Amino acid sequence: MSLSLLTRAQRFVATLRHCQVLGLSVEQADEQLLVMRLPYREQIVGNPATGVVHGGSLTTLMDTACGTAVFATLPGFELCPTLDLRMDYMKAATPDIDLLAEARVTRVASSVVFTECEVVQRHGDEREVIARCAATFMRIGENMTPPEFRARIEHGDDA
Amino acid sequence: MSFEAMLKQARLDGDFKPLVAAIPYAGLIGLQFQRFGKDVLFQLPKNDDNIGNPILPAIHGGVIGGFMELSASLHLLMTMETLAMPKMIDFSLDYLRAGRHQDTFAECQVWRQGSRVANVAINAWQAERTTPIATARAHFLLTR
Repeated sequence: MSLSLLTRAQRFVATLRHCQVLGLSVEQADEQLLVMRLPYREQIVGNPATGVVHGGSLTTLMDTACGTAVFATLPGFELCPTLDLRMDYMKAATPDIDLLAEARVTRVASSVVFTECEVVQRHGDEREVIARCAATFMRIGENMTPPEFRARIEHGDDA
Repeated sequence: MSFEAMLKQARLDGDFKPLVAAIPYAGLIGLQFQRFGKDVLFQLPKNDDNIGNPILPAIHGGVIGGFMELSASLHLLMTMETLAMPKMIDFSLDYLRAGRHQDTFAECQVWRQGSRVANVAINAWQAERTTPIATARAHFLLTR
């Protein structure tokens, strides 16, 4: 039985402790796009005077969204460490509105995977870009994935 | 008290602890710091909630990034005359080694502070300063 990209992505994020602390969830995952939500919460605020979220929580959102897109896209349950992240913070996020990361895998090479991501906020029909990122991941091989981790992805919580 | 008022008070008292305590994200990841004259050492104590993959286990790369970003902006607040929280323009982060489930440290170097923009380099390490786990640089927009 082959798992859908969405299931693979959701189970992958469920294993990441800090992502549970932030409340990250995968909303959509297909061959083209992965969408991840970071709910607005007081605990991720960086500037108490304005209520604007800290860039660090966006870094985690973008790193996780890109990393999850890589994990869901590669066929073999490969864990790929982040090589680098390059982020542009284009606009302060509006308080009290969730943040959505839209991540894409742009190229899968033999040793490296390239990705890009935008963080947006939706105001009704309007889509506002808050941050943008390019992230590169290393492929260390399928045989580097611990068997118990692989089991948690294949079988979910009942593993 | 407004953030600006807290910042003025922190400079007056030479004590930035209340200011950092007022930043929710600093509390979430558990950032601490020590000042040695003009030098500042930032510390991220071992914290289960900062783990990414629990099987390895390793600190989530995003937390390492957030720790370094926050360290850089606090370093500017502590060592420069900026009147408000510097706004990050961009951030470029290279991961060199996995961040193990242990204490992490960071220090910052302001390479250039212009009238509007500051360029800051950040290094993070665990066991030894000479074997960093990540290195980064950030540009900040300074509000006057």
